[in-house]
Amino acid sequence: MALDRWIALIILGVCLVYGYAAFFTMDAGLPPFMQRNPIWPSTFPKVLSVLASITALIILLGLEKPPAEGGKKPDIDYRRLGDYNTGQAVILLGLMVAYALLLRPAGFILATVGFITVAAMVLGERKLYILLPVAGLATGIVWYLVQGVLGIFLRPLPFFMGV
Amino acid sequence: MLEGLMIGLTTATSMTNILMVIGGCLIGTFIGMLPGLGPMSIIAIMIPVAISLGDPAAALILLAGVYYGAIFGGSTSSILLNAPGVAGTVASSFDGYPMARNGQAGKALTIAAIASFAGGTIAAVLLMIFAPMLSTLALLFHSAEYFALMVVGLSAIAAFAGTGQVGKAVLMTLVGLIMATVGEGALFNLPRFTMGMMDLQSGFSFVTLAMAMFALPEAMFLVMNPARTATQGDGSDGKITGLRITRAEARTIAPVIGRQSVQGFFIGVLPGAGATIASFLGYAVERNLATPEEQKEFGKGSIKGLAAPEAANNAACTGSFVPLLTLGIPGSGTTAILLGALLALNVSPGPRLMIDEPQIFWAVIISMYLGNLVLLVLNLPLIPYIAKVLSIPRTYLIPFILFFTLMGAYIGQNNATELLILVGFGVCATILRFADYPLAPLLIGFILGRMLEDNFSRSMQLYDGIGFVLERPMTLGLLVIAGLLVILPSYRARRARARAEGVADGD
Repeated sequence: MALDRWIALIILGVCLVYGYAAFFTMDAGLPPFMQRNPIWPSTFPKVLSVLASITALIILLGLEKPPAEGGKKPDIDYRRLGDYNTGQAVILLGLMVAYALLLRPAGFILATVGFITVAAMVLGERKLYILLPVAGLATGIVWYLVQGVLGIFLRPLPFFMGV
Repeated sequence: MLEGLMIGLTTATSMTNILMVIGGCLIGTFIGMLPGLGPMSIIAIMIPVAISLGDPAAALILLAGVYYGAIFGGSTSSILLNAPGVAGTVASSFDGYPMARNGQAGKALTIAAIASFAGGTIAAVLLMIFAPMLSTLALLFHSAEYFALMVVGLSAIAAFAGTGQVGKAVLMTLVGLIMATVGEGALFNLPRFTMGMMDLQSGFSFVTLAMAMFALPEAMFLVMNPARTATQGDGSDGKITGLRITRAEARTIAPVIGRQSVQGFFIGVLPGAGATIASFLGYAVERNLATPEEQKEFGKGSIKGLAAPEAANNAACTGSFVPLLTLGIPGSGTTAILLGALLALNVSPGPRLMIDEPQIFWAVIISMYLGNLVLLVLNLPLIPYIAKVLSIPRTYLIPFILFFTLMGAYIGQNNATELLILVGFGVCATILRFADYPLAPLLIGFILGRMLEDNFSRSMQLYDGIGFVLERPMTLGLLVIAGLLVILPSYRARRARARAEGVADGD
């Protein structure tokens, strides 16, 4: 089955779960004075879940014909993922997750310089003598902008050093 | 009015105030280019600076300059990196980013600058003429009409963003609306669908979703396909050529800009409607008004498709000053912050502002002209350098884009869980892109979802049921238009298919 039908199926599943929560579980704890309202917190979700399920079914069952000239070809053919640098993309995604998890413990400066350096090296950059100063400079500028100018707190150093 | 203009001109053209305009525009442009920092945050940051100036006119002029600069800066990241940091610039990325990918980044930025300038200037003229009348009109719009207007906006987006398949676009819009219901709604104070997680209590953040839907899949595609560079085409000789717009192109976009400035201004006058709806409706209207050959270009780098939302965007931002200056009611988040600044400066906006303190009122209006002019003059020479961002080697460009998106998401919510949400949605968005599902309707559904539900709930409570649809003719009319917008493209496609098959059989 084509990928877009699979996705429609998954979205249908999500809508059914959402609709179940909206129809059956959300109104349990509603206080009596709110039950007299014409609109409840669950009203909009109920409407949305019904509409979305119907639309997902329409796509799943192929009730809408594709346009006469055939759609535009997507940029990357998902059937031939092995032809592309999928491994690099997955590693970069893993790096982003690691960045998210390490941002607080390791401090902003260390985490950011590490992220930029490792990401560039995964993509093939080898000139560390340019890479590290550039990463450091970018990190410093962003840190100054965020901490000094905007006043948003961003812990610069790891948790065992300083504030 | 002429006397007012004279007062405004003398105030606004003093040396200090001109410096304020130039400084404000520069600061606004640079900070606006960073995704995650929209006009609201920047103006909030600049308020202490503005207040310390002491003079209300100078302060307002500075803040207005920052505002316009931020709007232009937001377009830059939207066009070059497909990373719209401000809701109003999402529509500019539809045609701006393909133009940048075709090596026409300089031209795209130039068109954006000129369309923004024209939109803002025309809107300032309209502001001058229509301000008092419009305030009475804006008061006629109640929650029911807002609800219907937003449904029209969403239908317009679903209808055109679907590359012919309205079903997928409608599904994405509904998914966006579903995502908007996560968190604590304003009208009910009950956390919904948070599954017990504290971090979801305020729902998803717009910046996180915008980064995840637009910037992250692009970055992933750049990584996966080394042959796909950030600019295809022959922009590789290092010089940014093609900055100039030919006369034919100027003639093509002139009516577009004219129409969208007016339309955008009137939509911006409605409090709450704002630049987002204006830019999307502008794109949709222009697409429908274009000839069939031109319509095919929309989404692939059409100059009309870029000029329309840019002009509408700036016009709507100027329009949102109308309720502020005439009624004292802020029309958007940014004007709310400006209201705070005015109150701190001991100026009370409202119906008496024009009468009691005409120099402030007119100085703001004149500073809008000056601000737009300064933006154009300062930014046009800078565009070649800004466009050069795309020719950084990809081993540096990609980590920086990823870092940008991470920072944008973090600054929005100050919360590292947001980054995990970013990555999660980014992966989903990439998969959706593979299957040719349009992502823009999802984002717009998300942005408008909260307001849609609030207005719907308020109307239901006021009318004690769904009767408001039939009792208010404007609401009914708008909803009918929305229905037509959704059905018409599939009807037309079906007729075109039937005609094509008929011809083939007849051979």
